[in-house]
Amino acid sequence: MALSQSEVLAGLAEIVNDETGIAAEAVQLEKSFTDDLDIDSISMMTIVVNAEDKFGVKIPDDEVKNLITVGDAVNYITNAQ
Amino acid sequence: MSHKVVVTGIGATTPLGGDAKTSWTALLAGESGISSIQHDWFAKYELPVTFAGQAKVPAAEVLSPQEVKRLDPSSQFALVAAREAWADAGAPEVAPERLAVEFATGIGGVWTLLDAYDALKEKGPRRVLPMTIPMLMPNGPAAAIGMEISARGGVRTAVSACASSTEAVANAIARLQSGELDVVVAGGCEAGIHPLPLAAFAAMHALSRRNNDPAGASRPYDKDRDGFVMGEGAGVLVLETEAHAKARGAKIYAELAGGAVTSDAHHITAPDPGGTGAARAVKAALKQANAKPEDVAHINAHATSTPVGDIAEYKALLRVFGDHLANIPISATKSSTGHLLGGAGAIEAIFTVLAIHERLAPPTINLENQDEEIPLDVVTSPRKLSDGSILAISTSFGFGGHNAVIAFRSYQG
Repeated sequence: MALSQSEVLAGLAEIVNDETGIAAEAVQLEKSFTDDLDIDSISMMTIVVNAEDKFGVKIPDDEVKNLITVGDAVNYITNAQ
Repeated sequence: MSHKVVVTGIGATTPLGGDAKTSWTALLAGESGISSIQHDWFAKYELPVTFAGQAKVPAAEVLSPQEVKRLDPSSQFALVAAREAWADAGAPEVAPERLAVEFATGIGGVWTLLDAYDALKEKGPRRVLPMTIPMLMPNGPAAAIGMEISARGGVRTAVSACASSTEAVANAIARLQSGELDVVVAGGCEAGIHPLPLAAFAAMHALSRRNNDPAGASRPYDKDRDGFVMGEGAGVLVLETEAHAKARGAKIYAELAGGAVTSDAHHITAPDPGGTGAARAVKAALKQANAKPEDVAHINAHATSTPVGDIAEYKALLRVFGDHLANIPISATKSSTGHLLGGAGAIEAIFTVLAIHERLAPPTINLENQDEEIPLDVVTSPRKLSDGSILAISTSFGFGGHNAVIAFRSYQG
């Protein structure tokens, strides 16, 4: 069963916290991964791979550069399920 | 003018303890840090050697979850020891351009490398984590320390097997003496208690197989020694010019008076039977320290507990010290810690520094029947060293024919 947007956000926040130590509450839809959360490209790739595992989706490398905000990623994952 | 180099901070995480002081106290108490390996992964490999000197305090208990995730275990140990040493030195205020790191590892990020290879084989290239290369590279520990303390005067890594971290300490001397740098954080680390290095060292019959008696397995100079015992951890020393240390009122443990590196060009694993390369390293370190062989009051020997290595080192020492060798109290602290490979020289440097600072040579355990071919004065219970100015050396030798020796002198303000 597909997860709701808020469930995906919660799951993604957990992955981000696990990888970077950023508090899960700080991972909000409008936040930019690089500008607001200060996540580097290496961490981003790890987050993407872990998200693929967790949500059972594929996120092609070409697509990752379009995931500017947490909301972009949540929408992509929600639609790809 | 040549600056005097002094030791102002120490830090360690070893099979005897999670910090330098605990390790030293356990060493003096004659404890063994060697025990059976209990990890989940262990049973499936059916290794011929079932014990090692595992870190008394796992790095994961000290570091943040993100640090553990982003650093190979070897870098984790390095960071733990470096933080302790830096704090012990009073976190010196120093211009970043005049602060450098001289670090070492024997094997590097072997856990990261082999875990990544398992992921590649089992799950494909996409599951190889992007941090794999910076985690496995042998300069990773030095770089982690350099970032931690903002060292911008160069972050270098010596890789010379079991001589690595003694070489790293020796490498710090020239740039401090010349005045190019004020402070150097030096040392080494190893995290090689992984099935592959264990299997490989066992394949060359370098490891003790005393599986029924792990605590008695590392027995340098004993007739029944049958190989070394793998250990893990790190040791770090904060080295500083005397002028810089005094200007900030730092406590000074000892002077790093000399250090030298030579090579055998004889055989990839066997020591030169004549011990000439090792002897040249001892002589060169003493010369740099402006000392004569008769000035040496204590030796922390390499003494790994292999049948061949212990005798080869004895012959090399005899070549340098002659009759005086019989008067020198010798400590073989690998009997308690096991052999930390690229971290061994650093923790033995710390033990040597503490021995002259506290005027107490640490014991060598498990010496029940001393090999008559090695008639050294081996310290078997803590022994008082003489007052006045004393000099002590620490020796390290590694596969590849590497010889490294450092000399410390007691410090009188």
